[in-house]
Amino acid sequence: MRRPKLLAVPFWATYIFLYVPIIVVVIMSFNASSNLFVWKGFSLDWYGVLAKDSAVLEGLRNTLIVAGGATVLATVLGTLMAVGIHRYTRGGLIRAYATAPALLPDLLLGIGLLSLFSLLQMSLGLHTVLISHAVFASAFVTAIVLARLANVDPTLEEASQDLGMGAGRTFVRITIPQLAPGIVAGALLAFTLSLDEFVIAYFTAAPQTPTLPIVIYSMVRFGVTPEINALATLLLVVSMTVVIAAQRLTRITEAI
Amino acid sequence: MAARVRRAMRDGMNRQRFSRALRAAPFLGPQSLFLALFVVIPIGLVTTYAFMTRGRFGGVSPEFSLENFTRLLEPVYLNVLFNSIGVAALTTALALVLGYPTAYLIARLPTRWRTVALLMVLLPFWTNFLIRTYAWILLFNNAGWLNQGLEALGWIDGPMNLLYSQPAVVVGLLYMYLPLMILPLYSSIERIDPELEEAATNLGSRPFRVFRTVILPMSVPGMLIGCVFVFVPSMGNFVIPELLGGGKMLLVGNLVRDAFLKARDWPFGASLALVLTIFLVVLLALQSRASKRITEGSPDA
Repeated sequence: MRRPKLLAVPFWATYIFLYVPIIVVVIMSFNASSNLFVWKGFSLDWYGVLAKDSAVLEGLRNTLIVAGGATVLATVLGTLMAVGIHRYTRGGLIRAYATAPALLPDLLLGIGLLSLFSLLQMSLGLHTVLISHAVFASAFVTAIVLARLANVDPTLEEASQDLGMGAGRTFVRITIPQLAPGIVAGALLAFTLSLDEFVIAYFTAAPQTPTLPIVIYSMVRFGVTPEINALATLLLVVSMTVVIAAQRLTRITEAI
Repeated sequence: MAARVRRAMRDGMNRQRFSRALRAAPFLGPQSLFLALFVVIPIGLVTTYAFMTRGRFGGVSPEFSLENFTRLLEPVYLNVLFNSIGVAALTTALALVLGYPTAYLIARLPTRWRTVALLMVLLPFWTNFLIRTYAWILLFNNAGWLNQGLEALGWIDGPMNLLYSQPAVVVGLLYMYLPLMILPLYSSIERIDPELEEAATNLGSRPFRVFRTVILPMSVPGMLIGCVFVFVPSMGNFVIPELLGGGKMLLVGNLVRDAFLKARDWPFGASLALVLTIFLVVLLALQSRASKRITEGSPDA
């Protein structure tokens, strides 16, 4: 079929728009000059500066603790929920309940959780960020595992139970392996979501234990430095690797 | 006799249902409780706080009041609200202009390239959003790459003030939320059978007419979702107005953040967040009604 050639203009404009800023940041992270806008040759100096920045390292440590914990919590809860919904319900309302937190405005969730923690007189810290991140990440895990469940053969589970394996063993030996790609993809996405999340962490973290995005926020607010380019490049590499890995496992693009 | 049989049957069914619920509990229970505690209760709290008064030393004092909402009608806040709506609407319109042709062409690519093209749209979206905003500070700076490029092309004489302006905020928001426009558009266009287009073309319709009569009506549901997904978070974003707008231009999100973390006026912040959420819910409801009407109207969707 003939399509107007003119359509290609916004198509390519979109990709140029999406990638030029990223490419500029990555290139400038290898700039020898401390002037952000003048190229003076290739160097890895800014990565060296970054590796010695204690605020960044502290933020990274906090973020890894939060993302690791939130991923475990979100993956376990989200997977169980997905299996439960698939097996015991007709979906509908409970499915909406389980996946809606993924769509909630982060601002609302952030102030809501801050209100709850303060009402319970819980002191803010890494644990409060961890719980908050697990909340929305678990909704993503549920959605991805549910999509995987739609393609799983139920007769295997039935056969296993008919042959005398208990419900628990069937779950561990039959259900989990069948769902593994979905569970791993869900966990990977939960991890990147938490790694990059700023708004909710901003409301639920203690000032003494900022996560990496909060550290970046205060760095950027003070002005641009080449060090941020190096940090940005590293984060881009991590996020992109994880997303491509998750895509290979479940084809997230098809689940949308 | 019949009554007893019926009761026995009902008991049996109840027992069956009970044992089913017992087996479902370990799966559905933990997450349901987790979400009740950390989603339902927090939203309930925000809703309640919106109707209370500010405590003398910050915090919330449990006296019912509608004052937070009447305060929203003061010119200062109305101004911010209209400003936010304007900025969000402009962002949404631009996202539609760029996103629609992109989504359409992706949907009509060969399968292999389709995945690549979609992934390329998703990748920036999954990367740190502060970094993505930071990239624009770098580009918009007076000595930045955009000014250098425009000067090299001879389009401008001196540097333009790009940073800390309303257009900078719009570009930042567009950069942030464009993928949220493309994805739902893609999934609704992808479902339209290309043969429909071909049939219309073979029957002599010009491309624009094919688009207007075949593609556009069937992609309205995706288009509406995309618009809601771009419009609402644009209004609630407080980081981009601060970093790219230089704090000169406030959006609703900034007011919420300031009310919670600076002025410590939680009830007012809660009422703003509530208004923002109601916006989202109403728009989503309108979207679902409109799409239902459209899908019921067309013969085979």
